[in-house]
Amino acid sequence: MLIMVALIFGIALMAPWIFKLFREKTGWVLALLPLGSFVYLLSWMPHIADGNTVTQSTAWVNMDFFSVNLSFYLDGLSLMFGLIITGIGTFIVLYGGGYLSGSAYLPRFYSAILLFMGSMLGVVIADNLISIFVFWELTSFTSFLLIGFTHEQENSRRSALMALLVTGIGGLAMLAGLILMGFATGQWEVSALLNEGDIVREHGLYLPILLLILAGAFTKSAQFPFSFWLPAAMVAPTPVSAYLHSATMVKAGVYLLARMHPVLGFTETWMLLVGGFGLATLLISAWLALSYTDMKQILAYSTVMSLGTMMMLIGLGTELAMQALAVYVFSHAMYKGALFMVAGAVDHEAGTRDVLKLGGLRALMPISAAAAAVAALSMAGIPPLFGFVAKEIVYEASLGATLWPVLIITVAVIANIAIVAASAIVVLRPFFGTAVETPKKAHEAPLSMWIGPAMLAALSVVFGVLPFLIDSALMLPAAAAVWGAPLDFYLSLWHGINLPLILSILTLAGGILVYRVWDPLRESAPMKVWQSGFADYPVRGYDATVNGMLSLAGWQTRVLQNGLISNYLSTIIITALIAVGYTFLSRSGLVWNPSFADVTIYEWALSIGIVASLGIILAFGHSRLTMIVGAGIVGFGLALIYLIHGAADLAMTQVLVETLTVILVVLVLIHVPKLKEVRSTTTRVRDGVIAVAAGVLMTLLIFAVTALPFDAFISEFYAEASYPLAHGRNIVNVILVDFRALDTMGEVIVVAIAGLAVYALIKMTRHGATQK
Amino acid sequence: MDTILPIIAGAIFASGIYLLLRPSLILTIIGIILISNSVNLALFTLGRISTENPPLIAAGSVMPEVPFANPLPQALILTAIVIGFGLLAFALALAYRSYKELGTVDQDQLLKDPEDTSTAIVNNTDNTEKRDV
Repeated sequence: MLIMVALIFGIALMAPWIFKLFREKTGWVLALLPLGSFVYLLSWMPHIADGNTVTQSTAWVNMDFFSVNLSFYLDGLSLMFGLIITGIGTFIVLYGGGYLSGSAYLPRFYSAILLFMGSMLGVVIADNLISIFVFWELTSFTSFLLIGFTHEQENSRRSALMALLVTGIGGLAMLAGLILMGFATGQWEVSALLNEGDIVREHGLYLPILLLILAGAFTKSAQFPFSFWLPAAMVAPTPVSAYLHSATMVKAGVYLLARMHPVLGFTETWMLLVGGFGLATLLISAWLALSYTDMKQILAYSTVMSLGTMMMLIGLGTELAMQALAVYVFSHAMYKGALFMVAGAVDHEAGTRDVLKLGGLRALMPISAAAAAVAALSMAGIPPLFGFVAKEIVYEASLGATLWPVLIITVAVIANIAIVAASAIVVLRPFFGTAVETPKKAHEAPLSMWIGPAMLAALSVVFGVLPFLIDSALMLPAAAAVWGAPLDFYLSLWHGINLPLILSILTLAGGILVYRVWDPLRESAPMKVWQSGFADYPVRGYDATVNGMLSLAGWQTRVLQNGLISNYLSTIIITALIAVGYTFLSRSGLVWNPSFADVTIYEWALSIGIVASLGIILAFGHSRLTMIVGAGIVGFGLALIYLIHGAADLAMTQVLVETLTVILVVLVLIHVPKLKEVRSTTTRVRDGVIAVAAGVLMTLLIFAVTALPFDAFISEFYAEASYPLAHGRNIVNVILVDFRALDTMGEVIVVAIAGLAVYALIKMTRHGATQK
Repeated sequence: MDTILPIIAGAIFASGIYLLLRPSLILTIIGIILISNSVNLALFTLGRISTENPPLIAAGSVMPEVPFANPLPQALILTAIVIGFGLLAFALALAYRSYKELGTVDQDQLLKDPEDTSTAIVNNTDNTEKRDV
């Protein structure tokens, strides 16, 4: 499995060159990659169906205290998602080639979509918590690239950033949750964690772990109120919307919670949070879908509704709900993928996606129309399609809820009525009725663009009529993986006349009714309120947050980085004083035991001389020459101090350097005029206080450190080794040129570079020529 | 323990910090000279002052005569003095050059580019809010 993922990433990066080889045929060549992965995953299906799982592990980061494995885990759940990702991915690569044919960015599209595919596949088959996070973030990142595909448009950039910020912040929360869970159990592999559910649920950190992981899942899977980024992401090219924002990436949150259900689920908190958010999302977005006329917006909100349904099912936490989840995820991927691709084909061939401007296309685009009709019937839940099987079992699961079954089934039926109407809108309006003049002369889409919808629609029929083809092979292991224990069930189209069937008929009738009054309904006041409340306000909240952060950053920049150097300096110095002073006082405490008894007469004389020249420097601010002479006296004073304390080399160096320093400063002074201090007295007093505080802190620090016991180990080593090892009698020199020779070489290089820089600063003109 | 050297180091440090905060680049540079001197003295004191005998090994012997001054801080400070001189030369050349280019050694005036007066950072910060997000 590692090879499969690595291969997808590798070929993704080579896609632009592959494009140079095959040009228009590239889509057909690259589609072999997801197809091959699909076949490879399919080959595991019998093994998984027998109740087995597969783990493969490679060490990635390996340290004493922490290790991350690049490990993969295949069970019913990951197999189902893997098949969806690679199967639909095959059609998307073909479709993208047709949809973006002639675009200069097509090679880039192939790269990004394959990178996404590898990341998404990684999310669902990774076993290690950290690997899951890495792949998860890669999907956010590639999604950013794909949403912002038409990067010339501001709207695309805005939507891409919105998706990245919302899912990225959620992803970070999830990382924190995963790490907490890893430390709580000591297990970093999902396959091992699945047996640790009781430990996690009874752990003191259960609630924080749950909330953090939910934050990641809810943002990624567009649960209300984080759902706004998904409809905004519809600015992406349609193959991207069909793949990322319907069939795969937005289901990552659903996958994560389904994966973690045996570990985190079965508690009341879980049921209320996951079920509650899911239920709110499905109701809100189902009716939001009806307030738009753009096919992609309608489909986007119906996708959010489906994600809400999946979350609700995970929240229910019953055996039946797990079966419903598996069937619903699978059927949704097929019909929604097909509908999105058809919507893109309509946009591509007719020039608009607005259902009010379309009509009667079935004669011009017969294959697309047929595929769309079948997919929409599946989405509306009409027999004998797979969507009907899915809706029946969802209703059955809702009726079997342990908490408030009446509320849940009522909400589910009301929401599904809107979805039936939405299904009718996206098919009947564009394809049936009277023909309408479209911006482009419409004709059937090319083979690459209709094969995907046609195949997916056909599968909806096949699995609807013959559900036994996949129930024990794929659905059963997937549901069992979510449930955490083996299950036994079978799917069938006909259940006899029971409550779910009656509710289905009710839903259908309601949906047809809503469709007939859709035009006035869309313009009605309650619908407008619904739209502004649930679609516009979350976006405004997002804008307010982002603008608030920008203003905060702007304010902070104006205060801290206002362009005045003296301001920067005093900020840095005050911060350093507080940091050092606080640490010093809290860790060590003051040491103050002055004794002037052993101070020699020389030291007294030198000290008085140094302090006096400091006084001269500060008092004679108007005479720069006096100041530099004062600074020179300080330097020479220090040289004498070094000398009387046994540091002859130091004293020599100090004298030489101090002499050069004074000469250099004076040379520059000749050319630069005097600057009168214009600062206010307040500023000067403030600077004086800062300076005195710094000086006192310096003195106290030296007192405190010198009061500690002294470890002369290194000094003694140098003294003992100096002659025997380095044959030098001046230990300081031996340290510099022998023991620490590399340091000294670095120092020489620094001085040489400074010299070059000085030469350049003085000699070069702005245009690079040498000054005369 | 020596009491007078920490006080001297603190006094030089305080004077250096005060000069560092002056508007004139030249005074700032003199401040830097004082600060590096003060830090060198602090390092020297931290290595403990015990004797006036330099760390030298007499001819015919393999060890210096005990007691001898700690050679390690001396080596460190020697490096620091030389590097400090490099820094000083560079800072002075920068001050000189900025005076030649900008006509001032006042740090508060450096914001103003003589050729393009509209790009002063202070006046420009409001733009951050207008950027599209």
